[in-house]
Amino acid sequence: MIRLERRPQPSTFWTWLTPLLAVALTVVFGGVLFAMLGKDPLVAIRTIFFDPLFSQFASFYRPQLLVKGAPLVLIAIGLSFGFRAGVWNIGAEGQYIIGALCGAAVALALYPMEARWLIFPLMILFGALGGLGWAMIPGLLKVRFGTNEILVSLMLVYVAEQLLAAMALGPLRNPEGMGFPGSRNLTQYDSATSWIDRAGGMHWGVITAFLAVILAYVVMSRHILGFQIRLAGQSPRAAAFSGVNPGGLVLICLGTSGALAGLAGMFEVSGPAGQVSIDFNVGYGFTAIIVAFLGRLHPVGILLAGGLMALTYIGGEIAQSQLQLPAAAIQLFQGMLLFFLLAVDVLTHFRVRLRHREVA
Amino acid sequence: MKLRHLLATAALAGLAGGAFAQDDPTTVGFVYVGPIGDGGWTYEHEQGRLAVEEHFGDQVETVYVESVPEGPDAVRVMQQMALNGADLIFTTSFGYMDQTIEVAEQFPDVMFEHATGYKRADNVSTYSARFYEGRAVQGHIAGNLTESNVIGYIGSFPIPEVIRGINSAYIHAKKVNPDVEFKIVWVYTWFDPAKEAEAARTLIDQGADVILQHTDSTAPQAAAAEAGDVYTFGQASDMAEFGPMPRVSSIIDNWAPYYIDRTQAVIDGTWESTDTWDGIGPGMVGIGEISDAVPAEVKAEAEALAESIAAGEYHPFTGPLNKQDGSVWLEEGETADDGTLLGMNFYVEGIEGDIPQ
Amino acid sequence: MFGSIDPSLLVASLMVAATPILLAAIGELVVERAGVLNLGVEGMMITGAVCGFIVAINTGSPYVGFAGAAAGAALLALVFAALTQWLLSNQVATGLALTLFGLGLSSLLGQSYVGMRAPSLPRVDFGVLSEIPFLGRVLFGHDPMVYVSLLIVAGVWAFLRYTRGGLVLRAVGENHAAAHALGYNVVAIRFAAIAFGGACAGLGGAYLSLVRVPQWTEGMTAGAGWIALAIVVFASWRPWRLLLGAYLFGGVTVLQLNLQASGVAIPVEYLSMSPYVVTILVLVVMSAGRAPGSLGKTFHAST
Repeated sequence: MIRLERRPQPSTFWTWLTPLLAVALTVVFGGVLFAMLGKDPLVAIRTIFFDPLFSQFASFYRPQLLVKGAPLVLIAIGLSFGFRAGVWNIGAEGQYIIGALCGAAVALALYPMEARWLIFPLMILFGALGGLGWAMIPGLLKVRFGTNEILVSLMLVYVAEQLLAAMALGPLRNPEGMGFPGSRNLTQYDSATSWIDRAGGMHWGVITAFLAVILAYVVMSRHILGFQIRLAGQSPRAAAFSGVNPGGLVLICLGTSGALAGLAGMFEVSGPAGQVSIDFNVGYGFTAIIVAFLGRLHPVGILLAGGLMALTYIGGEIAQSQLQLPAAAIQLFQGMLLFFLLAVDVLTHFRVRLRHREVA
Repeated sequence: MKLRHLLATAALAGLAGGAFAQDDPTTVGFVYVGPIGDGGWTYEHEQGRLAVEEHFGDQVETVYVESVPEGPDAVRVMQQMALNGADLIFTTSFGYMDQTIEVAEQFPDVMFEHATGYKRADNVSTYSARFYEGRAVQGHIAGNLTESNVIGYIGSFPIPEVIRGINSAYIHAKKVNPDVEFKIVWVYTWFDPAKEAEAARTLIDQGADVILQHTDSTAPQAAAAEAGDVYTFGQASDMAEFGPMPRVSSIIDNWAPYYIDRTQAVIDGTWESTDTWDGIGPGMVGIGEISDAVPAEVKAEAEALAESIAAGEYHPFTGPLNKQDGSVWLEEGETADDGTLLGMNFYVEGIEGDIPQ
Repeated sequence: MFGSIDPSLLVASLMVAATPILLAAIGELVVERAGVLNLGVEGMMITGAVCGFIVAINTGSPYVGFAGAAAGAALLALVFAALTQWLLSNQVATGLALTLFGLGLSSLLGQSYVGMRAPSLPRVDFGVLSEIPFLGRVLFGHDPMVYVSLLIVAGVWAFLRYTRGGLVLRAVGENHAAAHALGYNVVAIRFAAIAFGGACAGLGGAYLSLVRVPQWTEGMTAGAGWIALAIVVFASWRPWRLLLGAYLFGGVTVLQLNLQASGVAIPVEYLSMSPYVVTILVLVVMSAGRAPGSLGKTFHAST
């Protein structure tokens, strides 16, 4: 029998090696899957992992990695604070939607005023506040009544989705849209768009995501707050003894993740997505949870994980259109990658030992 | 602009490639909003693509990407198709409208065809089907079949496309059955089998014995089959597996002729930006086989109605018609103009209830 | 104004509407009572839907189909169990990955089954009983799976309340360290609970593909798995409240459609969000440690 023995410290060696191991395993099993579907496994794997980076059109795909990865990284950074402290916000999708709605509502209310210096900062403010406010609901309920934040934040995703439908069909609907649901296109409204350089994949969300990574790194490793968060996650009692206010920490963690998710939504809706429509949210809030874990809740790790996820999305699309691989196969491939990453993570925290008969 | 530069290079590469390979096949791309296995909207577009493959053989190569969300992902998918040499790209959902225009600007040499939208450009055509013509036929059959005089209608979203269908069906049901009443339920989804089943059951529970649907799954058909004495119509696909009862006929989206036509135009170099809104006549809207559950004379009338619409002799929205509030919309003999139809946001006189806002 | 709504039909149809989510939720309830949070319900449901459909088509029997659905989804659930129990991966992330995996797997498996019609499941014939006014339609007019779902709820209730196995399961969920110290095999018990949860979710999915729709279409569960998670919380982890919750969720859907059909102007989106808001309120009212103590926490026996 095999036995796991907890390492006193997570192994640095395995922390770096496990993601590679997982990718290798996925490539092997994914290759088998693609071969079973009648495709050349080597070509399929190359298309997914290398073509976006090194093919003939890579200079086109690379910026797309930024567009796809930025919201994931931004949300995941916010979530990582809470996850480290043992505060489980899994409703980032809802906060993302509400942030987008608030930001877009400001812009649409002021349309067609030409004042970027006023409108865009206001959108940023309201986007962040919207996400923050939405995250404060589970936060305050947890602090005040001890309500489970996992469940409340998840419930609020559905509420946000219904609210989004109501807004896209009602108040935010484009008056010139021939009655179709969906708001005005914000990318065509110069004062409100988050794009900086469309072709280069640069919008304010990308910049914010990079800033968030740096800031999170500094806070986590240098600031007292980072210490408190880590302490609360490892030992809530020790944290309480050392003067950490648990309620305050819950609110800070949820507030941060909510605000960042709201910002991500705002940047997305005023840039890549362009408009508030019934289903403009494509699950970034949920995928970001996975990204946060893949990145080991470490800012740099999250940056890399977000890039990897974006790569499989974009490579997957190329594989679809060039090799006619079904979308489902790509989804399955991503699922496999996640499973393997989660599975091999055990090596980071545990030593594998052969079991000896022990005397009880 | 980096992209411009890149595209220029790509275009050059394309030119060079083209010079060497004269008989390079024409590549046609398809962007789908749902999975090809949805059995409805996307499924029928996929059938159109397969028809193109079959028709042209080696002359044409087709590519597609399914389940593309309406947003930045759609932009990327289109760009990627264009970069990889697509000559013609069909974007098959209303939500791709702005994205199609955007990508078309970047690739002036690639032709785009956007389904159900209203924005065009030199290299962007729009196309849609006059489903309301099929609705008129359905309304006629439904008005004849109903014994409870209650017809249930499952609406997806309160948008002009759907409202047009409701009005068209109502007008023609009322014509043959003045006592007819429409019960309309909005489910706020194009595709959610469970919810559609619920909606159908609800309508049946409330006395409807004919169900019309503007959603894509077969769940309402199954609910009707279970109830036994309820009639339905297939939507988007023929849904023939539910015939002859409850499914008595259907509206079929038949994109194949149009897709073949447009592909041919690209091959011939005669492609131009057009706005196509075709109905039963050119075959874009198909009326599925009317089953024997429908009395023979009703069937004959319905077929005659479809033929007169196809021949352009009859317009489903012909006056006198009033709006719901009683105000005059169309005078005697007047027919509706396309502009009004495209933005239709009112019920005609006689339909109860309000359009949700 | 509400004249056209027949209450007995309303109740009867909400029972049918609630059955898939009820089945998935009762399975998840057992999983969560064992201290495991499996967010992959949606993935297991849709896998069940496709497995059930394939088996039913190939054998011609809906009953064998349901068995296949339960087996297929349970198998998928065991992947989750292996990852979270042996390899100690995070349950939230693994559950989400399971949903992604299940959605992809199901559409690959179902590709050649699109457009087929499943063998139908007849209603149970109760003879004269179904003629009783009101109650006849509500109680004696359904297909077998509606009754099976009720039996499972009753069974889970009895198991948790009256059996030794149920006691052990709850102990594991409340405090896995203590249960381990008492000599119970926490991992084995959780494996069994997770497999049971998967099987139930599979039955719920198959109810959609074999009874409600009945066809295979990609993505056909359309979020039902997430609603099941909500109901478990709403019920504060009690089987009979879970039944109430499932019928409430089903009821809101059916009721809003009925009101619309009767011509009552209602804001659909706001009514649709009401069950979730009610769930949150219920959570608040019943807070203070009602959730199983070890819910979502990773268990590792250090000795």
